[in-house]
Amino acid sequence: MLKSSAKKLVSGGVKISEVYSPFPIHGIDPIIGVKGTRLGIMAFLYGLTGLTLATIGMYYFMVVEWKMNIGGKPNFSYVENVLAFIPISFEFTVLCAAHGMAITYLLLNRTLPGMPAQNPDPRTTDDKFVMEIRLSENHGLTEEKVDELLKDTGFVELDKKIIE
Amino acid sequence: MSHVVSPIREKLVTGGKSYHDVTHDICKQVEGEPTKEWKWAFGISCVVFAYGAYCLFYTWWQGIGVWGLNKTVGWAWDITNFVWWVGIGHAGTLISAVLLLFRQKWRMAINRSAEAMTIFAVFMAGTFPLIHMGRLWVGYWVLPIPNHFGSLWVNFNSPLLWDVFAISTYLSVSLVFWYIGLIPDFATIRDRAKKPVAKRMYSILSFGWSGRAKHWNRFELVSLVLAGLATPLVFSVHSIVSFDFATSVIPGWHTTIFPPYFVAGAVFSGFAMVQTLLLVMRKAMNLEAYIHTKHVEYMNIVIMVTGSIVGTAYITELFISWYSGVEYEAYAFLNRATGPYWWAYWSMMTCNVISPQLMWIRKLRRSLLFTFFISIVVNIGMWFERYVIIVTSIHRDYIPAAWSMHYPSHIDIAVYVGTIGLFFVFFLLFARYFPVLALNEVKTILKGSGQSYKESPDYHKHH
Repeated sequence: MLKSSAKKLVSGGVKISEVYSPFPIHGIDPIIGVKGTRLGIMAFLYGLTGLTLATIGMYYFMVVEWKMNIGGKPNFSYVENVLAFIPISFEFTVLCAAHGMAITYLLLNRTLPGMPAQNPDPRTTDDKFVMEIRLSENHGLTEEKVDELLKDTGFVELDKKIIE
Repeated sequence: MSHVVSPIREKLVTGGKSYHDVTHDICKQVEGEPTKEWKWAFGISCVVFAYGAYCLFYTWWQGIGVWGLNKTVGWAWDITNFVWWVGIGHAGTLISAVLLLFRQKWRMAINRSAEAMTIFAVFMAGTFPLIHMGRLWVGYWVLPIPNHFGSLWVNFNSPLLWDVFAISTYLSVSLVFWYIGLIPDFATIRDRAKKPVAKRMYSILSFGWSGRAKHWNRFELVSLVLAGLATPLVFSVHSIVSFDFATSVIPGWHTTIFPPYFVAGAVFSGFAMVQTLLLVMRKAMNLEAYIHTKHVEYMNIVIMVTGSIVGTAYITELFISWYSGVEYEAYAFLNRATGPYWWAYWSMMTCNVISPQLMWIRKLRRSLLFTFFISIVVNIGMWFERYVIIVTSIHRDYIPAAWSMHYPSHIDIAVYVGTIGLFFVFFLLFARYFPVLALNEVKTILKGSGQSYKESPDYHKHH
């Protein structure tokens, strides 16, 4: 229902600043103009960093600095030992990708331990959906015009605030 | 909705719940007073853990000589317990990551608690390699850090070091995956909390979660990518655990079948533990509408399939030991089945091969009591599997003069039982203070049946 009313409002020329919901609403993002996230690319880059670090590290420890003699097997070349290095390369890649992405995600959302709640109404984490419309972002429209458009949407509550 | 749900499918959430009902059903567990049963269970777990902790301290003080180990059997209960706990720790991530990638929506009722179980189990697992080092205070030597021994590094060719990386990555990534999902649900509890202390605590735990469209957008991608990373991770972890054995030259350990066989065994035992815990939890916390027979049946099918893979692996192992023509291999397996540890071998065979086959019968796999019984049987069987693999393979050394038996000391047993106690301490705390169901995910599957609940008399009663 929120999706269809958002569509109506947007086609009426209203810019919706924000939508708060208790769970993800699939398909709302293009309607209110939220771009897809690029966190996936970041995860890939973090993974690549992890892989590089693991490779450099193991090359240095096992081939350059201390050639460990294991039953006289070749210990002077990374390539000939690479099979033994795959498990840790993989684990370290995953470690860096997962943690890097998770930390970036928390920082981007500005959600960190002890931060104050950012939702406008405590019920938005239960079963209520909030659509935030700012007149300051809708210069072409008056308050009355927005009210009129809203009337068709079947909202439950309307809360007007003057923000300095 | 982008997908079609067949009308003959059983509903995932029964009882015509509204969004608010879901919130209320889960949050009331956190907001109410703990029940008498909870207090008893928690008290008993604490006592069991305390005795285990005492025996653990005794081990550190005296050295691992207080265990039943000897010169021939150098690995026994410690590594058995380690592999058993890691195995149990595989179901949670499998449920939340693999089933997320496959878009299996039934996971949503169980993923939160299964993953909590995973994290606690892997934590228990991680303690055993540390304890069995004997000198815990030098445990940090497993890390590749610059040291004062000259340019000496840990051995990156060793599967034991791979294990260090695998287990620590698995534990920390599972923890992050779990916590990212918990943040919005903590926010729900935060916004309902009335008591100032609770409000403050959940406010800290929920990181100020907003529920903005952009944040949900990121949330979904992060969950998806973490699931994508965790899926190969979960398979790699138990493969690497199996390398601890498979890359050695001990007959009975030196087999290439180990990685897939261990992974299947891990999923098998993990799901059994999930069943054990959830069947109790749904009853104690009145979650019958969310975790019902269909969920139990799905999990039983997983148990049946993985149990069959494990059974096939046992038989393949036996066959290959004969077919290889290596007499040491052949002896190792003959000795397992007919030697002094025959009882352990046949307990394992009965618990792990025969019992899951009973799940072919629909009536049995939909019976909650029977499922509970089988889940305990499988837990026991999988412990014996590791004991059989470890102890029977090494107790007959190459020189008959070195042949030996392993008898656990009471310290061995107490340390093991102590970790079970600690596991339950953690799990009970989780059940008491955390949202045991993924609220934000369960609410998304209500929508599919949203129309039907609006038409039901329940809806009109509430509104």
